[in-house]
Amino acid sequence: MNEIASFIIAKYNYWIYIVLMMIGLYAMIVKNNLVKKIIGMNIFQTAIILFYVSIGTKRGATIPIIYHGHGDGSHAVHATDYINPLPHVLMLTAIVVSVATLGVALAIALKVYRRYNTLEEDEIFTQIRRK
Amino acid sequence: MIWQLDIIILSFVVICGIAAITVRDLLGAAILFGAYSFMMCLLWAEMGAVDVAFTEASVGAGVSTVLFVAAVFRTSRRSKD
Repeated sequence: MNEIASFIIAKYNYWIYIVLMMIGLYAMIVKNNLVKKIIGMNIFQTAIILFYVSIGTKRGATIPIIYHGHGDGSHAVHATDYINPLPHVLMLTAIVVSVATLGVALAIALKVYRRYNTLEEDEIFTQIRRK
Repeated sequence: MIWQLDIIILSFVVICGIAAITVRDLLGAAILFGAYSFMMCLLWAEMGAVDVAFTEASVGAGVSTVLFVAAVFRTSRRSKD
């Protein structure tokens, strides 16, 4: 029992990432408004970014900038003293992609509003079925 | 990584996320989503991902909120759920 509790508590970042992911999925599936769906999609994306950044952290490590980077001479670099910067670089691209998808999604929502004069999904469906 | 700060910011992130999808006013949802993005930015600065943190502060909390507010002003503010 104690081992299970410590297993759950020690990985709290990952549990919160799962919770955020489920909040985003819930908003994308259940919510009726298109802007709420887009907010859910963004929450889902940031949850995945949280997962990747959590992979790179180490206990007792500092930020990934080499300490004597501009000094003279050469120093040995201990990789265990620095947080792994590879997931950060991958997620930097993911943030830019997420703002691009947000812009496209909001543009499509604007187009839908101009055509059907509403943002609610059920009203849009009733107008489509009436035609 | 300071775990007390980590847990405080993570709880704020979850609260802001739930509030952003439950509030009925869409402008309020956009502002709460901006608060969510800023909390995420704080979380990444605290976890040592400084480059991700300032990209999120400019792109996530800045540009996304501006896009949401512009879209809400061009459409309607009301939402049924």
